[in-house]
Amino acid sequence: MNLMKLLDTICPDTKDAESKDRFYSRRDAFRQFGDFGKKVALAAVPLSVLNAIPQIAKADTATLINVLNYALTLEHLEYRYYQLGLDAGVVVAAERPIIQKIRDHELAHVRFLTEVIANVLNGTPVAEPAFDFTAGGNFSPFSDYPTFLALAQAFEDTGVRAYKGQAANVMESDVVLTAALSIHSVEARHASMIRRLRTKKGQDMVKGWITGNSIGTLPAAAAGIYAGEENLTHAGVNVSTLTGIDAAGVSEAWDEPLSMQAVLGIAGLFLKSSN
Amino acid sequence: MNKELFKPQGLIQKADRRQFLKMGSLTVAGAGLLLMGCNDDDRMPSMPGMVNLGSGDVGILNYAYALEQLEAGFYAEVMKGSYFANANAEEKTIMGDLEKHERAHREFFKVALGANAITELEFDFSSIDFGNRNAVLAAAKTFEDLGVAAYNGAGQFLTNADLLLIAGKIVSVEARHAAAIRDLINPNSVDFAGDDLIDANGLERTLNFQQVLTAASTFVKNEIDFSQLPS
Repeated sequence: MNLMKLLDTICPDTKDAESKDRFYSRRDAFRQFGDFGKKVALAAVPLSVLNAIPQIAKADTATLINVLNYALTLEHLEYRYYQLGLDAGVVVAAERPIIQKIRDHELAHVRFLTEVIANVLNGTPVAEPAFDFTAGGNFSPFSDYPTFLALAQAFEDTGVRAYKGQAANVMESDVVLTAALSIHSVEARHASMIRRLRTKKGQDMVKGWITGNSIGTLPAAAAGIYAGEENLTHAGVNVSTLTGIDAAGVSEAWDEPLSMQAVLGIAGLFLKSSN
Repeated sequence: MNKELFKPQGLIQKADRRQFLKMGSLTVAGAGLLLMGCNDDDRMPSMPGMVNLGSGDVGILNYAYALEQLEAGFYAEVMKGSYFANANAEEKTIMGDLEKHERAHREFFKVALGANAITELEFDFSSIDFGNRNAVLAAAKTFEDLGVAAYNGAGQFLTNADLLLIAGKIVSVEARHAAAIRDLINPNSVDFAGDDLIDANGLERTLNFQQVLTAASTFVKNEIDFSQLPS
């Protein structure tokens, strides 16, 4: 895809006055929404947000609810995983604060997404599924710390790709897009920390960023989590050819999205079959 | 030149913000003309030209290009300094990677923008002691955290989904960098995703154009006109 062709098709000034007004009112709503979010959980959503959001077409609202329920499913998985790990005592004492911090963020994401789906979009948040983090008896994350960290890396890197893959599907709403971006970068921080922690502990040689499509010492089943991360070409530009920077370095510099189907395939390994 | 123009956003009444931004461009242009008429004004030695980011998605990409230029310029200086020369293997690898990644981002935006690209910016990193580990890591933390907040704040203004995806592919790498740098500063702590950045809802902060460019202006010699960016 040629970027300049893309840019040629962009006509920001052709929006009619009415849609522009809607655009701005949603944006203003987000500013209040954002300020509000800093203070407390979304126990009461400002009226301005409720008034602004329904101006999105119903079909778009359905899409937003669908995407956020998908995100909520992944956040449920992450939160439950860390909580069970902490409960089981598998996390070494020195690293409990790190895992607790990540757990806290995932729980906050669960609560935030639940509130937005229910009270902003008037949808029905998905209930927490029943998980099987042994993946049918293949893993023992709650009795083996290296396995616990390895799966944590897999979940965080998957989460980053999952949010990225949905950006275009939520861009109609500035509120939802900005919230999703603000979760996405937190997941990336988690991923970087877990990856580097594993390497510092001698369990792997991965860096904070993803080199090619390398799974490091993760089990072969993790290949799908990193498939496509070796990409060097963006908007039709092969950046390695352009810059002379080696493929490893260029692949690290861009994270790649993953489709909902691929992510659910990965997450499905950890769902109880009774779901 | 006109930092007083860039008042903290909180001081500007919300209803007036768009109006302010429109006026901002006029005032900035006026100030530029005044300066041109004051060649003997020694307060402004060899001021590089005003850089206009432009409007619409091109403007947002130029904003990203400016930030990537800043980061790449910074790591290029890190490579030349005595901190890097004497750093341990882990930190050498990280700094070397970050230099490559930011240079790759910068060169990508330059080519992608083509004729619409802003000029190469001029930087002043003289306030950073590149022989001092703490100083280099503190600056790296500032730049990486700033980049994440800038991309997170600007995403909503992109109208093209493909460009949004490209920005998304970059911002998560910046967040990975930021977490690693923070962990070098305070190892095995919770600073990698600290409460100074992430709120009670688990959302990372966003910064607007004005906040980001004001922070960057400490190191960027060019005056940047962002008045045509979407608002």
